[in-house]
Amino acid sequence: MTALLEVQNLTVAYGAIEAVRDVSFTVDEGQIVSLIGSNGAGKTTTLRTISGLLRPKSGKILFAGESIDSLEAHVILQRGIAHCPEGRRLFGRMTVEENLQLGAYVRRDTGVEADMNRVYELFPVLGERRHNKAGLFSGGEQQMLAIGRAMMSRPRLLMLDEPSMGLSPIMTQRIFDTIRELQSQGTTILLVEQNALAALALSDHGYVIDLGRTSLDGPGHELLADERVRAAYLGEN
Amino acid sequence: MATLLQQLASGLVLGALIALIALGYTMVYGIIQLINFAHGEVFMVSIFAAAATYKWFIPESWENTWQIALPCMLVGAVLVAVVLAVLMERFAYRPLRNAPRLAPLITALGVSQMLKEIVRLNYPDAKSAINVPRAFIDEPIIITVPGGTVVLQATSVLLIAVSIVGAVILQLYVSRSRMGRAMRATAQDPDTAKLMGVNPNRTIVFTFALGGLLAAVAGVLYGIHLNTVDTEVGFLYGIFAFTAAVLGGVGSIKGAVIGGFIIGVVKTLGGQLLPGGTGYDVVWVFILLILVLVFRPQGLFGEPERVRA
Repeated sequence: MTALLEVQNLTVAYGAIEAVRDVSFTVDEGQIVSLIGSNGAGKTTTLRTISGLLRPKSGKILFAGESIDSLEAHVILQRGIAHCPEGRRLFGRMTVEENLQLGAYVRRDTGVEADMNRVYELFPVLGERRHNKAGLFSGGEQQMLAIGRAMMSRPRLLMLDEPSMGLSPIMTQRIFDTIRELQSQGTTILLVEQNALAALALSDHGYVIDLGRTSLDGPGHELLADERVRAAYLGEN
Repeated sequence: MATLLQQLASGLVLGALIALIALGYTMVYGIIQLINFAHGEVFMVSIFAAAATYKWFIPESWENTWQIALPCMLVGAVLVAVVLAVLMERFAYRPLRNAPRLAPLITALGVSQMLKEIVRLNYPDAKSAINVPRAFIDEPIIITVPGGTVVLQATSVLLIAVSIVGAVILQLYVSRSRMGRAMRATAQDPDTAKLMGVNPNRTIVFTFALGGLLAAVAGVLYGIHLNTVDTEVGFLYGIFAFTAAVLGGVGSIKGAVIGGFIIGVVKTLGGQLLPGGTGYDVVWVFILLILVLVFRPQGLFGEPERVRA
């Protein structure tokens, strides 16, 4: 397997404060890779830097072998990285359909309509209420729409930031099933989660980020069994 | 009755002009939360551009054929206004995009003053009012109503029609087109719009250009309607248009248009019917604005301040 995304010694600072320090990880084509770690560990900052919303202080980000760390966010999307941000960040005053159209903003091909219908098949509740404002939907439905919107650009790499945040266990399960489904259809996934148990169970590889650094990594099931991980993130002693 | 209708018509004409200018304020505010005080100056410059086009750029044989002269003036005014709006965004506001809110606001006032002085000092005879040709149908339209007649200039009818049709087209464009979606997305959440692949600079500069275009349409219509212009009109109409945008709810296209018409009508009728006469007409406008803002701070059609999750 080849590395689709390579993050090398990434450091990101807000003013004098370094939120991410020397983080390195690799996402291979076709994998689900998760970054886990406690609140404020720098996971969200890492994703926002990969997608071009923030600039690294030092380090490298390679996508499909090319450096992307100096590109603008809208160009990075065109390269094939979609970012489903923390808190979903839907356009609440626009309809479901308009949100999906924006997800496909950079596409000029004729397959947009078909892809939109695929999202509606995957999440029928969105199809039934496609002309309703996105802000009126429940948290779980909004997360479905946020993932659907991110998929509309047909990304090679989908980055999901806390997709289970604020969702019921059933809805969380539903979202994680969807992530696995997207992987089986060929999308590579980089997942950031506080729900370490669910994330690692799903992942080919996991990285633990602690105080802005990558402290541990390994295949998902191995990390799940690791005592340090269990103690720190799964609430066991 | 006839007098009242005549006054109402004047109010609607004034309102139509204000509405066209207010659209530029409201769209730019909606997308970058900047009150572009120099927008009124774009309107003013476009009137001079229309006059200049007529005077120096079209052959004499065309001057008396409004069907040719008017489109030429429009092209001249639109070109100048759009280029001006784009340059303003690029060189005055874009470098300050991430600066504290006050910096671009002060810059806007500076740009406004600068444009006014540049025109006043460089356009021939612009130290006092200059003439703008009529360039439209001369015969007025006379409507008989109970108790008399209402006389409408052809340009009045044109102004009201263009303003309403223009606003409807703009509303459709913003709500249906791909660029319109990008504009709304950038207005609601700029970072997430970028994540959708929307180029923020291109979207913002397009919004300025669109505002400039509408200001130029207003400028040409103002010129052929009133046949005179001086460098102060930008400030005067800018203030009214800004007020219309606030009254209607900044960011709302519908609000800007309805706000414009309300201000035009209140100013005109207030000056006629309320105590104090025309000297007090502006007072009524601002009393109305204050009342609306006290009871509905977001304006008539504005969205309440959003709370972001």
